[in-house]
Amino acid sequence: MVPESYYTVLSAILFTIGVVGVLVRRNPLVIFMSIELMLNAANLALVAFGHRAGTADAQVLVFFVMTVAAAEVAVGLAIIVAIFRLQRRLSVDELSIMRW
Amino acid sequence: MELVAFFVIAVVAVVSALGLVLRRNPIHGALFLVVNLGCVAVLYLLLGAEFLALAQVIIYAGAIMVLFVFAIMVLIPGKEETGPDPLRSQRLLALPLGALLLFEIGLILHSSVFMGAPHPGVRPGSAAPPTAAGGIQSVGRLLLGDYLLPFEVTSVLLLAALVGVLALAKRRAG
Repeated sequence: MVPESYYTVLSAILFTIGVVGVLVRRNPLVIFMSIELMLNAANLALVAFGHRAGTADAQVLVFFVMTVAAAEVAVGLAIIVAIFRLQRRLSVDELSIMRW
Repeated sequence: MELVAFFVIAVVAVVSALGLVLRRNPIHGALFLVVNLGCVAVLYLLLGAEFLALAQVIIYAGAIMVLFVFAIMVLIPGKEETGPDPLRSQRLLALPLGALLLFEIGLILHSSVFMGAPHPGVRPGSAAPPTAAGGIQSVGRLLLGDYLLPFEVTSVLLLAALVGVLALAKRRAG
């Protein structure tokens, strides 16, 4: 039996790695993947807390988070593709315009 | 035994997450992320959340990562992140800031989770929470019972995402 606190510590570590990834990388795709990493870490903590509380509600919540993440990835990747079509380069430092 | 499995999976998860952040090639990063998502799926299994483990593999490792790899293949400039970094001094700040964030999360966890009282849902009298609470059956009952409205709204959200992506991806005439 693994204590739930171990899961929360692991989730904190994964979340921090995701944050550092967002801060350090320049490719929007990698930044996007780091965001997915953070979402996963939060999901893991949620399931661990649900396990601790002995209810299945947390699992339903995580399922909704997964669905929203799927929609978010589809829209986000479409935006990145549209930006690439306009600018022909992929670096978040150069993406300062908010219009086209 | 379970503890050993947890530590092995945890080490693999952290190493693959670091690989995602540190490797320069985004395709390698995507494959590392697949490994990480698989590790999280195994952790869900260890926590008794079978439904989520399956959904994790199907939705994340299956659908979302295929989308990522597809986008990387379409967009890849081959030489990623070359040239001098114009914001190098700011990026060097990221590591101490990340360490600070980890420290803060650890502090909060230490004060509220490890030392805190048991969850109000768990009465002190019934020491062991019901073990079958996380099974697929109870998740299905909750999903199509108490959470029926959010479940249906989710389908509207997916439809909205579908239409939005089509509108974004459509080439403008002329």
